Amino acid sequence: MKSHRFDATVLTLGFAFLYIPIIILVVYSFNASRLVTVWGGFSLNWYTTMWSNEGLMDAAWVTARVGVISATLGTILGTLAALTLVRFVRFPGRMLFSGMIYAPLVMPEVITGLSMLLLFVALGIDRGFWTVIIAHTTFTMCYVAIVVQSRLLTFDRSLEEAALDLGCPPVKTFFKITLPLIMPAVVAGWMLAFTLSLDDLVIASFNTGPGATTLPIKIYSQVRLGVTPEINAICTILIGLVTLGVIATSISTKRTELRRIRDEHEAARGA
Amino acid sequence: MATVSEPQTGDRSNPARWLVVAIPYIWLLLFFAVPFLIILKISFSDTAISIPPYTPVFEGFGAIGDYLSQLDFENYLFLTDDPLYFQAYISSLRIALISTFLLLLIGYPMALAMARAPSSIRPTLVMLVILPFWTSFLIRVYAWIGILKPDGLLTLLLQTIGLMGPDDQVQIFRTDYAVFIGIVYSYLPFMVLPLYAALEKMDNTLLEAASDLGCPPWKAFWKITFPLSLPGVIAGSMICFIPITGEFVIPDLLGGADTLMIGKTLWTEFFSNRDWPLASAVAVVLLLMLVVPIAIFQNQQKKVA
Repeated sequence: MKSHRFDATVLTLGFAFLYIPIIILVVYSFNASRLVTVWGGFSLNWYTTMWSNEGLMDAAWVTARVGVISATLGTILGTLAALTLVRFVRFPGRMLFSGMIYAPLVMPEVITGLSMLLLFVALGIDRGFWTVIIAHTTFTMCYVAIVVQSRLLTFDRSLEEAALDLGCPPVKTFFKITLPLIMPAVVAGWMLAFTLSLDDLVIASFNTGPGATTLPIKIYSQVRLGVTPEINAICTILIGLVTLGVIATSISTKRTELRRIRDEHEAARGA
Repeated sequence: MATVSEPQTGDRSNPARWLVVAIPYIWLLLFFAVPFLIILKISFSDTAISIPPYTPVFEGFGAIGDYLSQLDFENYLFLTDDPLYFQAYISSLRIALISTFLLLLIGYPMALAMARAPSSIRPTLVMLVILPFWTSFLIRVYAWIGILKPDGLLTLLLQTIGLMGPDDQVQIFRTDYAVFIGIVYSYLPFMVLPLYAALEKMDNTLLEAASDLGCPPWKAFWKITFPLSLPGVIAGSMICFIPITGEFVIPDLLGGADTLMIGKTLWTEFFSNRDWPLASAVAVVLLLMLVVPIAIFQNQQKKVA
């Protein structure tokens, strides 16, 4: 009993620590007063002024496009990388390959950002929209690979083998059998890649160019000047979007899982 | 169990099969591995006032001999010359070590409490840990500025409950303390999740056996629970320690002028002083420092997979 009370206290304190700063940030985005410590009443003022801030809206649009394109590329490459890690046990340079998948997960961003920039300069590529996308694709694909890999490891190969035995070509088997089965992990990987891209300041700062200012770069330059309720308002919208996305994905994953279990039951009964 | 080494099809010459390997492999070689060679190369070149701001050391692959004779250790000598860089490396390691220790101290009881919770609420608890991780890093650091500023919410709170006089202010913002708070706050999910994964898998019958044999709970923890959770401790510590050493955003936004961290130094060399070769040398030395922790992390991951 004593350890139960201890656990409950630890969790309450831990989650309070994790959530109170975010809650404060959201609450103060509705503050009528410009001062952080003075509550001037409820207001949506900062949300309306935000829309007329053209630089901010441009940055949001750039970020959304970078996020969607790099998350999609990163998901395709990451899924291929996961297949390589799980299904190709031996090939020349496998050690190097798995090293290149795990290293970006912990590599300090300043190193990744700087090294990639130097590559673009060496190749004579002008920095801008596409260099940010390439940089984001490269580090997000590693996260996707890890997420999809864990699904592939617990995956029942008998369906695939049945399809192949019945003469289905391997590529078709992948799209008809394997991909639908690992889809929840692929979707989760895409979501993770998208939020990582949305979040990145350091790597984007190194690899961006004129006309490709992303939202974190914009927010960072404003934060350096001080705390304003306008930034709280943008942050609140971002937090809201991400929270909705996470909840939606987890619900849809659960639903797919339930449907799969039901289908399997029915198939078993039919047989 | 089918033979694992013979995937999808016996037809080894199938080109689509090798595309699966080749596409991500070539991408990572080009955009992750090659850049490290370039950073190494540029760290040995001269600074020049031009765009790109360095003189190329290397033209074409035939010139390797020339290249070796031109190698220039100037940037590295400069790093050893100026004690500022040395102090920044040491200070980064110190901050990363202390933060990792604090993270373990806070994260372990949380992970343990999660693993001991009824299995019906465990997914919700995991979700609650992951959710802040999905919200932007920058936003979470920014949230602390409003709290820790001298005229911020913490001062207001302490004044309201009477722990502080109306004219006193909390002097945490722009000090190393604020950096520690920011780091622990931002990295906590990265520490809790691997610890939880290790603790959740644990066989409870071992603890029951120990308790039946009269082992007090505290001793059982150190003899059974902690040793069995070591893979999680190592994974969590490495996942936190390595990136914290090169952290830029947190020391820049929460730290003071005297907060030395190498990520910040590199950023300044690159963006303010525009000394790319020196920034590259700073990055190469940082990478060398992190080789051992990264190798430990990789080993751990391979065991898990």
